[in-house]
Amino acid sequence: MLIPHPLLGPRDAQEFTYLGDAALLNRPDGMAADAQAAFNDYVYLRDNPAGVHRELWFHEQGDRSWVVVTRNTVTHEILGAELARDVALAAKAGAA
Amino acid sequence: MKFSGLRVFTEALRGHKGWKPLWRDPDPQPAYDYVIVGGGGHGLATAYYLATTFRKAKVAVLEKGWLGSGNIGRNTTIIRSNYLLPDNEPFYEFSMKLWEGLEQEFNFNAMVSQRGIVNLIHTDAQRDAYRRRGNAMLLAGADAELLDREQVRVMIPFLNFDNARFPIKGGLLQRRAGTARHDGVAWGYARGADMVGVDLIQNCEVTGFRIENGRVKGLETTRGHIGAGKVGVAVAGSTGRVMAGAGMRLPIESHVLQAFVSEGLKPTIPGVITFGAGHFYVSQSDKGGLVFGGDIDGYNSYAQRGNLPVVEDVAEGGMALMPMIGRARLLRIWGGIMDMSMDGSPIIDRTPVDGLYLNAGWCYGGFKATPASGYAFAHLLATDTPHDTARAYRLDRFQRGYVIDEKGVGAQPNLH
Repeated sequence: MLIPHPLLGPRDAQEFTYLGDAALLNRPDGMAADAQAAFNDYVYLRDNPAGVHRELWFHEQGDRSWVVVTRNTVTHEILGAELARDVALAAKAGAA
Repeated sequence: MKFSGLRVFTEALRGHKGWKPLWRDPDPQPAYDYVIVGGGGHGLATAYYLATTFRKAKVAVLEKGWLGSGNIGRNTTIIRSNYLLPDNEPFYEFSMKLWEGLEQEFNFNAMVSQRGIVNLIHTDAQRDAYRRRGNAMLLAGADAELLDREQVRVMIPFLNFDNARFPIKGGLLQRRAGTARHDGVAWGYARGADMVGVDLIQNCEVTGFRIENGRVKGLETTRGHIGAGKVGVAVAGSTGRVMAGAGMRLPIESHVLQAFVSEGLKPTIPGVITFGAGHFYVSQSDKGGLVFGGDIDGYNSYAQRGNLPVVEDVAEGGMALMPMIGRARLLRIWGGIMDMSMDGSPIIDRTPVDGLYLNAGWCYGGFKATPASGYAFAHLLATDTPHDTARAYRLDRFQRGYVIDEKGVGAQPNLH
């Protein structure tokens, strides 16, 4: 698989390590009243879709950036990649 | 129709005209007391034990393809009970004992072959860990022997003992472990279940559940609605997809694991050899092919095929361990979809929906568990209480903090 790194262009997926669903960017508030249930969801439960999946890859043997890759889990086709930083900042701006 | 030596002999004299299909191909009835979703190893074993041991009538197995078309036909056939944790080891040892009596039990040749498994040791720390594991196995009534370097050399002389990075310093041996004919296991359970009246319904995909007031009433399938008193789901690899129909998110990710087989060779590998440090394990099938594999690819996948980096990694592991494997030609590579759970251990439990039960999360180790998984799941379905050896495999154990993490890597499915 080739990951189209937003800064470096197409890079072999072997240079990356895989973390999982990009929903992991949205860490729950540990001080909230429902924190226990929210963290159970966050740490242990997954949507695990067959089809398009947004997921976190770490460019460990490259520029060490976190990348959100959109990939089809049925065909392994990679549909796009963004810097996780940009995704997180956009989500924050959207929430504010 | 019982198999026996006499029967083979008389059929030979009659031109083999008396053999019949091993099971019927019935159309679904409107309703069953028990419906098992998934006609793979675990589903068929569940139906078998439900109908024979627990004497439950009106049982059906629904399978979207043909019987045994999933991971039961894609694994590398290893059976063993060499686990460490007290929540796991008694269960896998129970499974091992069922394997030992399986062929007599269901009157079918599953080619169970107890040729032993050796986990190789390369460091003092690993030896300590394996000594502890061996002791845990002995405490659970299994067998285990710690081998030194020379004992391993006598058993498996062709290994590279002086690899610069991972020199072989010994091994943990379980003599009762070995291999079984994976398809034969599915066929044996299918035939046994069919003989006591279980309907095995193929080409019947479950598309949804009918749930009323928090209780499951039946299943929507590609062959129409089927009513059900209790539903057991055993669809490893597709668990997320099927259970989404009941509105459930699970502590499971689907990952692809690749396996490999070489051309047929003369007998050369005495049992199963695992080289954990190099992500490689190997055995030899009765047909002569070297059957081997390594790690999962490491990213979510439903593709039933993997990518080349893992092929390269497995080939490197093989060459590092036993350089002679470089002379063998690879015949086939394939992939299967694993239910990778959040702690590397399975789930056999009821769900928040009444009457809906789940058997899932076997990671890449479901084959060895087939008999015990079927037995324990049947026990749960029939009695609503967990089998003694499967009490820890709860669905809510993550929330409660009772994870069963053999490798101690945390909630990261691609590392288990």
